[in-house]
Amino acid sequence: MSKDTTDPAIETHALAKSFGKTRAVNGVDLTVPAGTVYGVLGPNGAGKTTAVRMLATLLRPDGGEARVFGRDVVREADAVRGRVSLTGQYASVDEDLTGTENLVLLGRLLGHRKPAARERSARLLEAFGLAEAADRQVKNYSGGMRRRIDIAASIVKTPDLLFLDEPTAGLDPRSRNQVWDIVRVIVAKGTTVMLTTQYLEEADHLASRIAVIDHGKVIAEGTPRELKSSVGAGSIQVRLRDAAQRPDAERVLARALGTSVALAADPVELTARVSGEESGSDTAEHASRALAELGRAGITVDDFSLGQPSLDEVFLALTDHTTQEEAAA
Amino acid sequence: MTTTTTDHTAPATYVPAADSLGEVFAAGEPPPRPSALSSSVTFGWRAMLKIKHVPEQLFDVTVFPVIMTLMFTYLFGGALAGSTEDYLQFLLPGILVMSVVMITMYTGVGVNTDIEKGVFDRFRTLPIWRPSALVGALLGDMVRYTIASTVILVLGLILGFRPAGGFVGVLGGVALLVVFSFAFSWIWTMLGLLLRTERSVMGVSMLVLFPGTFLSNVFVDPRTMPSWLQGFVDVNPISHLVASIRGLLHGRWVSDEITWTLISAAVILAIFGTLTMRLYNRK
Repeated sequence: MSKDTTDPAIETHALAKSFGKTRAVNGVDLTVPAGTVYGVLGPNGAGKTTAVRMLATLLRPDGGEARVFGRDVVREADAVRGRVSLTGQYASVDEDLTGTENLVLLGRLLGHRKPAARERSARLLEAFGLAEAADRQVKNYSGGMRRRIDIAASIVKTPDLLFLDEPTAGLDPRSRNQVWDIVRVIVAKGTTVMLTTQYLEEADHLASRIAVIDHGKVIAEGTPRELKSSVGAGSIQVRLRDAAQRPDAERVLARALGTSVALAADPVELTARVSGEESGSDTAEHASRALAELGRAGITVDDFSLGQPSLDEVFLALTDHTTQEEAAA
Repeated sequence: MTTTTTDHTAPATYVPAADSLGEVFAAGEPPPRPSALSSSVTFGWRAMLKIKHVPEQLFDVTVFPVIMTLMFTYLFGGALAGSTEDYLQFLLPGILVMSVVMITMYTGVGVNTDIEKGVFDRFRTLPIWRPSALVGALLGDMVRYTIASTVILVLGLILGFRPAGGFVGVLGGVALLVVFSFAFSWIWTMLGLLLRTERSVMGVSMLVLFPGTFLSNVFVDPRTMPSWLQGFVDVNPISHLVASIRGLLHGRWVSDEITWTLISAAVILAIFGTLTMRLYNRK
């Protein structure tokens, strides 16, 4: 198995897939080092799920190539299947069966004899806090429980690479945190995780590297820190008492922060990006300095808030960059 | 009582513990890959579990055959054979085939539902013999076909059906029917993978099944039909199946018909099994 230590978990070159006229994945190059959590960030319809399905051998690529631990996903699909597991957007366990039955079924399909499959199932259900629900049909599980049984189903045999396709979509914050904790344990045990998500926050919490995908292409790649610094660490939103002061406020903020200021539809509101490669505390510092400037200029601020850059902002910033680069080239 | 113990009623919030979670990763040697037979049988077990949890799905293999048998015996018996009892001797093997072949349709619907719910995605990422999920589902269906056959035969016996072939003949007839239905079901697995909704699977299935079963020797002797229709009835595999089973149940060894039935089953399996697996791998 010396081959594995040198091969990245995932390597793709110009990977492509079309559905009719839509180019769902349009030339994706990725390298995912083994033993890490790799985040794939993008809005609905960006091509994340299509890419994951190709890597998990569920879809045949139209173009390019993809290797998982050095094995081609088309020509050596069976070898890839032996090492990966997929947890889809929709809990892909059998709703009509109980938790135990689902896990025993998978254990048997992975080659365990019945007693071993039963034991494995019981241990997994215990570890995922589902022991009490073991004999209930999965269709009666809550959203968080369903997501946990789905992840448990993916590690009946410990995979070397686990695909988590939007694992926290639609979950309440508590269930979401549970899933995050589980992912951390999984990766600590040496499994590589590829995680797709729509939430920058989620990628930021879990992933050591992130690829941002839009319209089937990778538009940015790097550590969360690198990505955020390319976007600006956050934004400040200010509400004025007097709408007449807004032009003044815009000027002051623009000078203080060195960025452009957006005027909201509400005549007393302004939003400005707080730039900086710096960490969160520095963002706050920048923002408070800007607020002080407003006060000094005699502008009354009714309310303000400081926000992390949203995915929207990441996209706006990144697509801005690409159009600028294209224009410059 | 002011103090109540809620410990057992209120479920404690799950906190993932790194220790217990980490422990389940201490995997040890992975088990060897299961054989094609083993994984197919496991999927058959899944089908049995589904019957256990959703027993309503046995309606179509119990109530439906009863209605078919009663309806056609009493509807046509007097007109076609002079008495219902005489007609039953002719009709029962036919209605047995018709009911079971019609029930095979639900295979396609089941496959379609499985895909819709994403369960198949997980199965398709497992390193197992690829057709086993479908073969297993069909193994489960064979149990259903056997139940339906039993229901019809018992009802027939009550109504006055007297198979001259005895127990062995009946057993042989049912076995042939179940084997043919297994092969025939691959038409529906293909449709289940090809068509987008459950409804369209049903629609197309009926389009095949109605002419396929009625335009045969199930109800009447084909010699009473116009010659162009006889032409179709003669090549219809359902006719050969009915003739074989009629023979077996009444103690006549119809080797020609049985051979034709087995050949058509093999051809259907080869064509639609291949198409199904092609679609399954591409999906």
